[in-house]
Amino acid sequence: MDNILVIAQIFDGQVKKSTNSAVTFASRVGSFIGGSYSIMALGDDLSGQTPHLSRLGAQRVILAEAPGLDQALAERWVPIIEQVVRKGSYKVVVSPSSSTGKDVLPRLAQHLEAGMASDVMDVSYEGDKLNYVRPMYAGNLNSTVQIPTEVEVVTVRQTEFDPFEAVAQESPVEMIEVPPPPEVLERIEFNDFEKSISERPDLPDAQVVVSGGRGLKSGENFKIIEELAELFGGAVGATRAAVDAGFIHNDFQVGQTGKIVAPELYIAVGLSGALQHVAGMKSSKVIVAINKDEEAPIFQVADYGIVADLFKAVPELIEEVKKLM
Amino acid sequence: MKIIVPMKRVPDPDNVDKVKISSDGKRVSSEGLDWKPNPFDEYAVEAALRLVKDSGTDKTTGEVIVASIGPEEATHQVRWCLAMGADRGILVLGDDHELDASVVARALKKLVEKESPDLVLMGKQAVDGDSNQTAQILAGMLGWPQATFAGRIETPADLSRATVTREVDGGCATVTVKFPAVISVDVRIVTPQAVNNNMIPPDKLNRDGPRYASLTGIMKAKKKPMDRYTLEDLGVDTTQRVKTISFSQPPARSGGVILDTVGELVQRLKEEARVL
Ligand SMILES: Cc1cc2nc3c(=O)[nH]c(=O)nc-3n(C[C@H](O)[C@H](O)[C@H](O)COP(=O)(O)OP(=O)(O)OC[C@H]3O[C@@H](n4cnc5c(N)ncnc54)[C@H](O)[C@@H]3O)c2cc1C
Repeated sequence: MDNILVIAQIFDGQVKKSTNSAVTFASRVGSFIGGSYSIMALGDDLSGQTPHLSRLGAQRVILAEAPGLDQALAERWVPIIEQVVRKGSYKVVVSPSSSTGKDVLPRLAQHLEAGMASDVMDVSYEGDKLNYVRPMYAGNLNSTVQIPTEVEVVTVRQTEFDPFEAVAQESPVEMIEVPPPPEVLERIEFNDFEKSISERPDLPDAQVVVSGGRGLKSGENFKIIEELAELFGGAVGATRAAVDAGFIHNDFQVGQTGKIVAPELYIAVGLSGALQHVAGMKSSKVIVAINKDEEAPIFQVADYGIVADLFKAVPELIEEVKKLM
Repeated sequence: MKIIVPMKRVPDPDNVDKVKISSDGKRVSSEGLDWKPNPFDEYAVEAALRLVKDSGTDKTTGEVIVASIGPEEATHQVRWCLAMGADRGILVLGDDHELDASVVARALKKLVEKESPDLVLMGKQAVDGDSNQTAQILAGMLGWPQATFAGRIETPADLSRATVTREVDGGCATVTVKFPAVISVDVRIVTPQAVNNNMIPPDKLNRDGPRYASLTGIMKAKKKPMDRYTLEDLGVDTTQRVKTISFSQPPARSGGVILDTVGELVQRLKEEARVL
């Protein structure tokens, strides 16, 4: 019996890797409570994503297709998901803690009168209850929570669950009838989407992340960060200060209130290491810091530090890395 | 136009690494740390003030009510927001451990029913619990449209609706919500051009960040009205939907080595860390 529902994350025609992480979570919960999971996706036309979704070991793949669903408005999505949850008597509903997951799931939880745990990093099972571990205080504390309501709603942190590997067996695919838009949709209108442009991997997916801070001093100078990231096939990140100053698009902010990353290698350049920033990158395997101030707090979390002017050290690093290639 | 800005007090966000767990793992103590308004809520207060107080003249076009659900001591943080320029305060007494996002949202719903605001403008998350749920739950309860992660808000001068630029994964989504609505703000909402009510002349741009309380602001705040309720007074159902079982300390990272040259760094990354 499928009693866990995974809400897929699709962006720009791609099923995001975070979906596979949510599936890993779901399969773990399934092994605890006895049961299996289904995957639900919502969009205008999901034919391109169905092959990916149907190979994630789900009991069923449930598709809701209607014009406008790509906009992912919570007001539109929630009643559709709610209907599926109620009909299927799902006990646990999970999505990645993407911006869509964070936007939609609390509203869904309210519709289901369910409790919700955000940004879950681990799950265990004890005496009939699921225990969710989640971060608080910018990741300085973890709390273990239980959800006593009939349905439990969670978003999961992608970096803490290895992506589920595709299987050969295909899940059956079902198309549901999409209920008409609720009244509240008359009070919200989707205008447009301005995509941040990057040919590099998504921050949470990247094996290498190179981040720049206020020390870069301009958007123009950020090019050296991009050049270094490019060499590794990695992603570019930034601090809030760098984004606020307009050096780079907000989509690249790493931290408590930005993206959470955990790459093999994180290179922090010209950023001080404020706790709100560290919250987003401290699970990286190896951290390198380049900063001219030896007192900068980033050195307290870095495995390797270089105390130097970044405008000298980064070009040098680019040259040295090129030699290895 | 009437705006309610919910505000939670939190331990000093720049020192939360000093928050401690009790020996039984059941409580969190922030002893020795100052209490501050949650920064995102302070940003929401700033955004509300920019919307209805900054008309380029002395005219105000609306009322800003700051509402906190918390202990008696949260009065200080409410007063702080009044000193910034909000008109009045509401304190709903409740202990942190009796509250979760759904209880807070239920209390806010009662206040919305009492006050009939056009807009509930709130922070996207409180930086203690980091849950990012209350705005969305409240919007769901009220059946109102929601615009989360607001980095920009623009209203026509008649303040009938808001066009909100939402900072989301992969870029920025722009939506228009008709009031009444719930908007939750992100960090960029306090950049100089983030709030545009089509009344402030372009040469009167805001400064970066939330405004400070002036001395006269602080004096005035002492006389501003402040209503007090208990959760019971408001008839709030206090059933929690999330139960905290315990707290734990995540593994700490320790500092490594400072290297003299970039050459040495590359060598170590290759041979020791094996990441190149
Ligand atoms: C509610 C809230 C949420 C926040 N969320 C986030 C978040 O998600 N992510 C985030 O990053 N921040 C966040 N912040 C901001 C955070 O507190 C810091 O202000 C920010 O991270 C600082 O950015 P920075 O390190 O780039 O700038 P600074 O702290 O100014 O550091 C710049 C560093 O560059 C170094 N430097 C300067 N020039 C050079 C040079 N030529 N060579 C080498 N080094 C140089 C300096 O020594 C300094 O250490 C948040 C803050 C608040 C209040």
